[in-house]
Amino acid sequence: MTPEVLTLSETPWLFTAAMLIKVIVAFVVTLLIVAYATYAERKIIGRMQTRLGPTMTGPMGLLQPIADGLKLFFKEDIIPSQAHWFAFIIAPIMILAPAFLSIVVIPFGADFQFTYDGTLYAVPLQITDLNIGVLFILAMAGLGVYGIVLAGLASNSKYSLLGGIRSTAQMISYELAAGLSIVAIFMLSETLSMRGIVAAQQGPLWGLESLSFLPNWFIFSQPLAFLLFIVGSMAEINRTPFDLPEAETELVSGFCTEYSAMKYALFFMAEYANMITVSAIAATLFFGGWAGPFYGWINFLLKVFAFMFFFIWIRATFPRLRYDQLMFLGWKVMLPAALVNIVITGIAILLW
Amino acid sequence: MSDQKIVEKLKAKFSSEVLDVVVYRGETTVTVKKEQIVDICTFMRDKLGYNLLCDLCGVDYMGKEPRFMVVYNLYNITTKQRIRIKAPVTEEDASIDTVSTVWGTANWHERECWDLMGITFNNHPDLRRILMPADWEGHPLRKDYPLQGPDREPYQGRLS
Amino acid sequence: MAVNNTETMTINMGPQHPSTHGVLQLILELDGEIVVKATPHIGFLHRGIEKLSEHRTYHQTIPLTDRLDYLAPMSNNLGYVLAVEKLLGMTDEIPERVQRIRVIMAELTRLKSHLVWLACHALDIGAMTVFLYCFRERENITDIYEKVSGARMTSNYFRVGGLSADLPDGLEQEIRTFAESMPAHIEEYEGLLTGNRIWQKRTIGVGKISAEAAIDIGITGPALRASGVDWDLRRDNPYSGYEDYDFEVPVREGCDTFDRYKVRLDEMRQASRIILQALDKLKPGPILADCPKIVLPNKQDVVNNIESLIHHFKIVTEGFKPEPGEIYQSVEAPKGELGFYLISDGSSHPFRMKIRPPSFVNLQGLPQMVEGRLLADVIAVIGTLDIVLGEIDR
Repeated sequence: MTPEVLTLSETPWLFTAAMLIKVIVAFVVTLLIVAYATYAERKIIGRMQTRLGPTMTGPMGLLQPIADGLKLFFKEDIIPSQAHWFAFIIAPIMILAPAFLSIVVIPFGADFQFTYDGTLYAVPLQITDLNIGVLFILAMAGLGVYGIVLAGLASNSKYSLLGGIRSTAQMISYELAAGLSIVAIFMLSETLSMRGIVAAQQGPLWGLESLSFLPNWFIFSQPLAFLLFIVGSMAEINRTPFDLPEAETELVSGFCTEYSAMKYALFFMAEYANMITVSAIAATLFFGGWAGPFYGWINFLLKVFAFMFFFIWIRATFPRLRYDQLMFLGWKVMLPAALVNIVITGIAILLW
Repeated sequence: MSDQKIVEKLKAKFSSEVLDVVVYRGETTVTVKKEQIVDICTFMRDKLGYNLLCDLCGVDYMGKEPRFMVVYNLYNITTKQRIRIKAPVTEEDASIDTVSTVWGTANWHERECWDLMGITFNNHPDLRRILMPADWEGHPLRKDYPLQGPDREPYQGRLS
Repeated sequence: MAVNNTETMTINMGPQHPSTHGVLQLILELDGEIVVKATPHIGFLHRGIEKLSEHRTYHQTIPLTDRLDYLAPMSNNLGYVLAVEKLLGMTDEIPERVQRIRVIMAELTRLKSHLVWLACHALDIGAMTVFLYCFRERENITDIYEKVSGARMTSNYFRVGGLSADLPDGLEQEIRTFAESMPAHIEEYEGLLTGNRIWQKRTIGVGKISAEAAIDIGITGPALRASGVDWDLRRDNPYSGYEDYDFEVPVREGCDTFDRYKVRLDEMRQASRIILQALDKLKPGPILADCPKIVLPNKQDVVNNIESLIHHFKIVTEGFKPEPGEIYQSVEAPKGELGFYLISDGSSHPFRMKIRPPSFVNLQGLPQMVEGRLLADVIAVIGTLDIVLGEIDR
């Protein structure tokens, strides 16, 4: 018996219920990961730097993110008198919302099947399977820039302005490189749907039985694209070594210099949410999504965590690039490399 | 070249300028008139090789005449020798020509000297207060400037 | 109507800014991110140490010198006591053990200061981990400080004519263990930074200053040696018996931030070498010179001996009185040439004490090193100049 897919027209109640549950679960899990990503970052970097990280709040400091959140929540919310209040308030929301929205199209497991009223239904473990999923993610990443620019402009502070300008230039140039690098993936998978891309990565590598010990993940066919994507997205989410917009030692705190209390917390939630999104995209596009030895979503979460660990590790290791060097890397190294990769992939597809 | 020879050379060139030569604890101090201080310093740098101005400061001998002394501590990086040039400055005309054209480092030293001691440096490119706030009145390192600062009760306890 | 609408942006960096190393204020005129003009403003930490010293006895001035370069207090102490000893003409009467311990402590101080420099410099450029590694080693030095002097930062350990106390038991071994472990730690820092492409890109060719310009502006210490001038006061005008030790003076020709970084790292290696040599040569002996009119007698004698009691009373109540005269004594502090110009008028207070702080002079080079470069380079150059505002503002 083939399972029936829930649709709004045929099973409105079930569909709505399943959708709500998926949205709530995805949102809550993401929020939790965001909260504990801060904890993990402090613990991991702490260990790498011969420190302990948080230990006092709760067992092993596990309640630290909650304490931090509460503290920031109860802080006085200051809006500088010369700031543009509306833009100042809307900016952190405009950063956070796209970061969470990107999660919508990411598939985190295979179909979930259940029987109701004698019929077998299947629920895809993905909030919605847009047929332009990757495009949607790129669009959301592009929207994130506006928040930072607004924050920089609305604060009416020169440090914020410099941070805002830096991040605009940086995000635009790296989005281009990161976006172009995944074009090669569409060319291989012939679909823009995230689910379709995962499906294209099933089976042995390149369909060859002799390589069956390796999965057909795109990391093996597109190593250059993977490299470009990871570096580009690191730059896009403003992580070290590309954290120029908020370069603490140069611009005090960059675009969030004037922010305080919960609005400040929103910026940080956005940063970690973006980190999760990027990790999830990387896992989906290059590492076969939920495929792996364990049960569906466990594989997926493990991959996401591995990427996040990688980002944190990078932060503990590298110094920061300079603005002109960053632009040089983006436009003169990564963009041509991405274009060359597309051409090579095209030729390879034509030949085989 | 010993310090003595250097002083002789200096004397040969500026015989009317050199007022006094003192050797104390192995250090030579030459007191010169302030009028030709730039020429003397240029000569010291170019002909005698004192390429580093280690320090420049003012000293307030309150009650003596002339009241101030501007001190230049010079160093020769090639021969590793030191020499000290001093130039007296009177209270009425507390000014001397700048040597910041000879050694760039004199710029801030002279600003400090003006700020704390009140000696004006003629032709200085940027004579502003450096350590004290821009609107400060008085020159704190002068001997007649109270330790506690102006408009304050003198300290009643013992300082030494 | 103006056709050309370009104008520069003036940005006020400091005195509260995470990477101006204290209360330095820089007024930067920016054209985009390029610095057109940089004007340093100092004096926010001015405490009038020179004025205060004119109202204190020579001994009472020693604690003030701790507060100059608070990252390297013992170097300041050393410079000051050497100056006073020279003023008193008792330089030759300092016992050998005192000289050895002074050298050990001065070199530990050099390590301590360079560790903080490396930590902050790396943090400014964004390498966070090195910061904590450096502070791990610095902690050992502050522990040693605490054991010899009772204080972790403001040591006040040296005295005119000697030391305030002998080394406690077992400390020699501790210092030896530390000095022996130091080269391996330096390798660790180098492993994180030297070969790192981003670190090289951020430092090579940044903040260049030629040897002539450096001498003209008065830059001394490691910053001058990285511009190719082979000059170190410890070797060229030795004091405290530095002529007995075998060490190299690292010199590099690159004139840029990277070479200053390398020079300082090499200096740290040499410093641990000097410490080990000094420990080998350290023999038991007196820790105070035999000058009863200047050096405080020990407590046992004060109680049992009338002469010692009188000396003690005289030194404590009015201090010693050097004959009138003036001297200039400088030492190779971690940041450059630290000079003390002392004038005595025959009283028990310095008539005039002028401090030549290396950071003050080195900071003058900042505008010409950063103008025309990017904002991020300003941070790198402030770091590489290794300034301490306590010393600049005095």
